[in-house]
Amino acid sequence: MELNSFAQQLVQQLINGVSLGSIYSLIALGYTMVYGIIRLINFAHGDIYMLGAYVGFFCTSILGLSFFPALLAAMAVAAVTGIVIERLAYRPLRHAPKIAVLITAIGVSLLLEYGGILAVTPQPRTFPAVFPARIYTFGGIVVNSQQIVILAVALALMVLLTYIVQRTKIGRAMRAVSYDTDAARLMGINVDQVISFTFGIGSGLAAAAGVLVGIYYNSIDPLMGIMPGLKAFVAAVLGGIGIIPGAMLGGVIMGVVEALVSGFISSTFRDAAAFAILIAILLFKPSGLLGKNIREKV
Amino acid sequence: MRIQTKTDLASLACGLTLYALLEGLILADIIPPYWQLNVIRVCIYIILATSLNLINGITGQFSIGHAGFMAIGAYMSAIMTVKLGLPFLVAILTGGLAAALLGFLIGLPTLRLSGDYLAIATLGLGEIIRITILNISYVGGASGFMGIPKYTNFTWAFLLMLFTLFFIKNFVNSTHGRACIAIRENEIAAEAMGVNTTKYKVLAFTIGAAFAGVAGALFSHNFYMAHPTSFTFMQSFDILTMVVLGGLGSMTGSIVGVIALTGISAYMADYPEIRMIIYALLLIVLMLFRPQGLFGSKEISLRIFSRLTGGERRGAAQGN
Amino acid sequence: MFKKSMIPLALVAIIAVLSLLVAGCGEKADSKELKIGANFEMTGGVATFGQSAVNGIKLAFKEANTGGGILGKQLSLVVADNKSEASEAVNAATKLITQDKVKAVLGPVTSSNTLAQSKIAHENKVPFITPTGTNPKITVDGGKVQDFAFRACFIDPFQGTVMANFASKSLKAKTAAVYIDNSSDYAKGLAEFFEKAFVAAGGQIVSKEAYLAKEQDFKAVLTKIKATNPEVIFIPGYYQEVGMIAKQARELGITVPLLGGDGWDSPKLVEIAGAAALNNGYFSNHYSSEDKDPRVVKFVEAYRKEYNQSPDALAALGYDAAVMLIDAIKRANSDDPVKIKEALAQTQNLQGVSGVITLNAEHDPVKSAVVIELKDGKQVFREKVNP
Repeated sequence: MELNSFAQQLVQQLINGVSLGSIYSLIALGYTMVYGIIRLINFAHGDIYMLGAYVGFFCTSILGLSFFPALLAAMAVAAVTGIVIERLAYRPLRHAPKIAVLITAIGVSLLLEYGGILAVTPQPRTFPAVFPARIYTFGGIVVNSQQIVILAVALALMVLLTYIVQRTKIGRAMRAVSYDTDAARLMGINVDQVISFTFGIGSGLAAAAGVLVGIYYNSIDPLMGIMPGLKAFVAAVLGGIGIIPGAMLGGVIMGVVEALVSGFISSTFRDAAAFAILIAILLFKPSGLLGKNIREKV
Repeated sequence: MRIQTKTDLASLACGLTLYALLEGLILADIIPPYWQLNVIRVCIYIILATSLNLINGITGQFSIGHAGFMAIGAYMSAIMTVKLGLPFLVAILTGGLAAALLGFLIGLPTLRLSGDYLAIATLGLGEIIRITILNISYVGGASGFMGIPKYTNFTWAFLLMLFTLFFIKNFVNSTHGRACIAIRENEIAAEAMGVNTTKYKVLAFTIGAAFAGVAGALFSHNFYMAHPTSFTFMQSFDILTMVVLGGLGSMTGSIVGVIALTGISAYMADYPEIRMIIYALLLIVLMLFRPQGLFGSKEISLRIFSRLTGGERRGAAQGN
Repeated sequence: MFKKSMIPLALVAIIAVLSLLVAGCGEKADSKELKIGANFEMTGGVATFGQSAVNGIKLAFKEANTGGGILGKQLSLVVADNKSEASEAVNAATKLITQDKVKAVLGPVTSSNTLAQSKIAHENKVPFITPTGTNPKITVDGGKVQDFAFRACFIDPFQGTVMANFASKSLKAKTAAVYIDNSSDYAKGLAEFFEKAFVAAGGQIVSKEAYLAKEQDFKAVLTKIKATNPEVIFIPGYYQEVGMIAKQARELGITVPLLGGDGWDSPKLVEIAGAAALNNGYFSNHYSSEDKDPRVVKFVEAYRKEYNQSPDALAALGYDAAVMLIDAIKRANSDDPVKIKEALAQTQNLQGVSGVITLNAEHDPVKSAVVIELKDGKQVFREKVNP
């Protein structure tokens, strides 16, 4: 392969990777917030993402809404669903063994998936064209305007989230709960409310990701959340769980690694490569790329 | 020690009686073939669940990649019988050993992690094993390993299950098992007391993996084929669910968990559309009402029965 | 600490087994009903295909039943879910055959699940028809025809070869890339024979790549394929992924013809990819849904009415498998599984929606294939290939 075409291919693969990664990032943002606050691997998060995609689909295709109202509706429905799930399925288990909550999360995930199959059939659905895709070509390198939109939305949400967490009152409460739940409660913070809020935001973000993905790939189905959900969690761990820029970084790294592995090594090993990187990170820096190492004290 | 041996013998006798009873029913064709298949399935899953329980419940290491080890056992044993024409026993042993070896190699580095990090790492490793198998055309790749002879029957499955139960029970009751329980209760304290935590965690992990391999061997030789789709993380979740449902750390609990979930799954077979929904709801509701599992970390004991019959009242099985 | 734990275990197990026994004894034969089993992927990874096929079968059964049933009995379909997994397919087949005592089994969708079921069916001498299991081994294994195994679809070699010949003769392609669904043995089988035939015709495979079902982003691999400059790309997958691949390929500026097999046949393909992206796309199929054949038109209409969606290839093949079975039971004039099997083996000139079905000595349908070109989202008949 001549150098020029190699360089061109590399740049294209980086673009592919970043655009795929920004989707992982969007889902990972919600994951990392929920995990950061109650240390729960919320396996149902990927299915909330699916739910969001479907709400967006019905809003645009049946109610005929345009992009932004549909996005907001999807986020709102998902946020409410997230809060309800937390209230009914996770809150009663706040003091139960962690593994019981995990099993419950798996149960909720299966419920959403197969409830979805029953309600909307397993056939894939396609989004109506709600905003146009323009394709830009720069000397053989191709960029789609939707890729830019997704990346921009992910970045904007990251900034917004960071602002909420760092600057607002509720954000301060979230950090307090995440740091020490009991102390936070003693300081007069309504812990349950804060956790509900976190679930709402996290689920809303997942729904936003679902709608964007639905529009970008133009195909949604009830089982679409499983793999992205898992990978987004990996991305969140990669960047340092509970750290918002970490989720963003982790997602982009995952996307780029997958693109490079399938582009230059073998596409069949790309999922294996993603998990291998995760394990390597966990072994050498368990707290994630942006995490701080905390020694466990007796 | 004598009492221990005596109860062991009693349990063994009980197990063998149960075996004779079931085998008799099967030979007399009183148990229909579909339920025979489910009985064998229950035996295989009991091996899987108790071996996972050794890792998760007894040693307290959160592993959710059990399907990966099962896959290794399934494929290795199939290579032995199909490609090399070796007897089934050799195949089972090879399957178990291969899984143990891999468990050891994987466990050594990853068991430094704890809690959710270990969970996600084992989940990832399970997927890596599956994807690797998917790409090896020697064992059929995505089409699966076909043409595996059906060697697994009730006798193999039940006797291996019995062996697993005895092995794990005695392991837990040994010095090594105590060390594992100490690690579960408090790793730092255990280390301070002189328990070599890494050694025991890896030991438990390796043993668990070995039995998962044995179960995998039984599995592939029961269903005529080994297929990558049988070893996804959903399979690991299924096994984990059985363990948690019965109660982490309770061997009898795992057994009940396996029987309950297999039974539910079999009964629901007539309603495929809503089967998974009911299953999911059941999981949620059970966890909400009994988050510690049906039996917690206790074992079901015969004390109740012996009281009724006025038999000897030894304080058996107070759990741990 | 765990002393005596085995004794209660024994009790628990005994109780469980007894309860299983009780459950196993509730069999009653209803002489008004003719029970047919359906072993399908109702949940799990390929639930989409399993449910489509079952929809097709249910439609065929409904039509037969409203027409008075067969042999004076109503057909009843007992559906068992194999969770898209081979071991569960064995389970489901055992349940249908030994527990529900069905006279014949329809399904499963995937070749591996079908192969897993085959042993059970043969042990119990119950025939089965897989609508879509394309692996040659299903019907002929080790040079021996499998007595009770039948299928309603093409086998891998036929479709793969048809498309390879189309690529090298009609499109005059010298180089091809192959992009397969690595989780589907259907796709792998097609790719294998495409490669063989394409190379035999003097072509060269310049790139071989794979994806897994349910993936959404294919740009990385497509970028790699683009760099090897193939003259055609063969994508023998199912419509959902193929739709996304076609869309992303065109976005990346890949303009060469895209080729595929009958997995492409669904109106969803055009919806997902967009009509423009599929121009210069060709696939092999049993029939064309633009076909004005009254049977096809009637089927598509009835299916739309029943399920409020358009049928895909899987629904059509499920329907045809059911039609084959109904026809065989009628000709056998008996619901005895062995007689049904004998009648099935003699299926001749049966009109299905996927063409005229005649089974050869290997129990494989001899159907001619059509190559369909996609033009602005419309299927255009391109050529017909006889086996």
